[in-house]
Amino acid sequence: MSLSDSFFGQKFGVTEQDLQSYLSEALSAGGDYADLYFEYLSTSSLSIDESIVKSAVQGVSLGVGVRVISGARTGYAYSDDLSAEKIRRAARVAACIAKGPSKVDKTGFEESKKRNLYPVLKASNETSLSERVELVKTADRAARACDPRVFQVQASYVDSLRQVLVANSDGILSFDRQPMARLGVTVLAREGEGTPQRGYSGGGGRVALDFFQVEKTPVYFAREATRQAIVQLDAVPAPAGEMTVVLGPGWPGILLHEAVGHGLEADFNRKKVSAFSDRMGELVASPLCTVIDDGTIQNRRGSLNVDDEGVPTQQNVLIEKGVLRGYLYDKLSSRLLRSGTTGNGRRESYQHIPMPRMTNTFMLAGESDPADIIRSTPRGLYCANFGGGQVDITSGNFVFSASESYLIEDGRITRPVRGATLVGNGPEALKYVSMVGNDLMLDEGVGICGKEGQSVPVGVGIPTLKIDRMTVGGTAE
Amino acid sequence: MIDPEIAARAIRLALARGATDAECTISEGEEFTASVRMRSLETIKDAGSRGAGLRVLLGKQVGSSYTSDLSAEGMRKLVESALEIAAISTEDPHAGLPDASELGSLSTGLQLYSEDINSIDTSYRIAQALEAEEAALSADPRITNSEGASFESVTGERLFANSRGFTGSYRQSSCSLVATPVAREGDSMERDYWYSTARSHATLESPSSIGRKAAERTVRRLGARKVSTQKVPVVFDPLTARSLLGEIFEAVEGTAVYQKASFLAGKLGQRVAAESVTVVDDGTIPGLFGTAPFDDEGVPTRRTVVIDRGVLRSYLLNTYTARKLGLRTTGSAARGITGNARVGHGNLYLEKGGKSPEEIVRGICKGLYVTELIGSGVNIVTGDYSRGATGLWIENGEFAYPVSEITIASNLPRMLMEIEAIGSDLEFRGSVASPTLMIREMTVSGQ
Repeated sequence: MSLSDSFFGQKFGVTEQDLQSYLSEALSAGGDYADLYFEYLSTSSLSIDESIVKSAVQGVSLGVGVRVISGARTGYAYSDDLSAEKIRRAARVAACIAKGPSKVDKTGFEESKKRNLYPVLKASNETSLSERVELVKTADRAARACDPRVFQVQASYVDSLRQVLVANSDGILSFDRQPMARLGVTVLAREGEGTPQRGYSGGGGRVALDFFQVEKTPVYFAREATRQAIVQLDAVPAPAGEMTVVLGPGWPGILLHEAVGHGLEADFNRKKVSAFSDRMGELVASPLCTVIDDGTIQNRRGSLNVDDEGVPTQQNVLIEKGVLRGYLYDKLSSRLLRSGTTGNGRRESYQHIPMPRMTNTFMLAGESDPADIIRSTPRGLYCANFGGGQVDITSGNFVFSASESYLIEDGRITRPVRGATLVGNGPEALKYVSMVGNDLMLDEGVGICGKEGQSVPVGVGIPTLKIDRMTVGGTAE
Repeated sequence: MIDPEIAARAIRLALARGATDAECTISEGEEFTASVRMRSLETIKDAGSRGAGLRVLLGKQVGSSYTSDLSAEGMRKLVESALEIAAISTEDPHAGLPDASELGSLSTGLQLYSEDINSIDTSYRIAQALEAEEAALSADPRITNSEGASFESVTGERLFANSRGFTGSYRQSSCSLVATPVAREGDSMERDYWYSTARSHATLESPSSIGRKAAERTVRRLGARKVSTQKVPVVFDPLTARSLLGEIFEAVEGTAVYQKASFLAGKLGQRVAAESVTVVDDGTIPGLFGTAPFDDEGVPTRRTVVIDRGVLRSYLLNTYTARKLGLRTTGSAARGITGNARVGHGNLYLEKGGKSPEEIVRGICKGLYVTELIGSGVNIVTGDYSRGATGLWIENGEFAYPVSEITIASNLPRMLMEIEAIGSDLEFRGSVASPTLMIREMTVSGQ
């Protein structure tokens, strides 16, 4: 694709000369590097509550961010107006960070490597609203039909299409068209006049509408949400204290995201404020653990053809057989640490400065049969589903909150327990992994990761995992 | 200044195209950040943007749209987009704008905007951040590193108009200064922060005081231990107690209440907390961050007593949730440009008690003083509460040593009844505030 055939070329008449002149303006006060991030984002969101489609929103936002890097310094400005005058003004503001002659002399652009990890001809955002509204209506009907104890159902469907153009002073130009869709169902169930319990299930990715019509239907998510709410009706208080924890496959992979992922982002390590700083080559997990961050998996929520700095994403090994092997880099960190890029420079929107972020983070499958893992555990907690998590990257302490878990008694999964937060320390927690299942699963596609006020979509995954020691924050005696 | 005619035109166009009612929000804002780290400038961000949001009614069907393009063409598309999406929504008997009698705006004098934020130059802002970081770095030899310090400011204007004749706008400003030092001793590395935020830079806490407090908070975490699992009294410092007020808000906001997705649903008039507990939401206090002349539906803000001496007196409601519950709006409508009408709060706070924080701690033989909470382990439906905690262990009325990698757990209905002491140290550092408070017993989970 050439610039003139691209979205911004076609719709806004952006030319190479324009981009060149904005970058020159950005580097007019000096600086080592500059880039432009053009973004056009259209979104829609539909939700049903009490079987009424009450909330329906659609909208567009558009803008360009201009960044100048000078040594370890960053100047940033943006404009929500694509007129040449406004972009030049933003470029001049960003330029203020630098002083002295510019070291950049590149002219002309070449396109970054082309590929398409989300070959969606028609983004779900571009299909008819009535087809999309049917998804939440179907979910509502299905959940209500599942079980008479269900008394509230909310379903929401959110999709977006992001058109991106990144041009930088290294002469690289990249375009991307990034679809995203997510369907979620929340169910409340109760027994008689007892305490209601909530169940949630959702999923999606960089997929088209047919994903929800064929692969993962509203009925699927409705049933799963209902199942989780019903299970909770019989839940007993969660145990408290250190014990063996078995994590089920898939979404419980949020453990990796919190325990190691954030701590391996290169900005924290450049500043040496991470619990993983200066530990490259050290054993930070059991030798059974190999942890990967991979932005190239087809149609996944965390995947990107190019990151938000125009760098192609790739598969990065973070931990190999327990040994710390790699960090996640954005351009600034890779410049300052003189390392290669990994395609992890991401940002929430044109109003935000990129930083190192995860894409899809998972652990490779091991050799254990998941049934054997449970059988080998005399007493412990089996966690099948989680809410969110959080980490203090400096101390390494992290938490993640189980929303569906069960006691393991005498090698069998027995009673469901109420929600509880699990707590651990990043560089230590994975050393207690004693069995890794052969059942690697990625999550359904609902992850949102927050860092320094910026949210980006991510994915996680793990096989069934046995951790010999972890603190569970329940209330049981 | 935002031209009110842009909103008026959009509303007229929506009505002409068949909408029975419409309301339009336009916001305009400028943001500035100067960040420094290890005594040098690291980042400058300086930019502004605008956005418009529209909500239309087609009888009892509702649709919303937003755009960042405020040109005539952009606003025309905004109207079409809202009408298009309203057509696929379902008729909702409770949908609609506030009654005309509910609309209105508080008079001026709310002190939401201070011109002085625009008068300070970039080099001064950088100097403030440098000074705050320097104060932290030089406060203690164990402060060996820093995540930096930053000065931020935001100014903006919000305009709201609807088809029932309401038009209002107000300007707001805020600035903040934060320092995040890192301390190290042996194998232990910790970070913490301190900040100040104000509508005028003149009332910000001094950079040296922010830096010193940040250093103090960081150093005291060094060498943290993991205590054994036990049930003890737990004291929340004002920063963490604030999060409990946040949980109370989630439980009294109208949507969770009418959906019966809150442990406080159906409890109006009942005793839900210890008698010493009075929770107030007040959007009218001059100069505070939760203050506004009207809510995001054009209803004047007010003072609402949510919990009065332990008894649940009021939910927080917008027009829709009030109608669902057969009650009246509390002027608590909130709406981002890109979202739908929600329920928000003004200045939400727990009324202060009589004891100083020191007295509260002195009265505890063995317990936990919490300084940071992480994770999202709160279930508003059931009230189940389990979060990661960091803090100081209390022995015989004194701080004994720092603790971390633990959780605290209980159940919110029980926690509210067990609030045994409330401090006298109420201070607003945002729109939610609480003094120090003590809960009689929670499960601390550790070793």
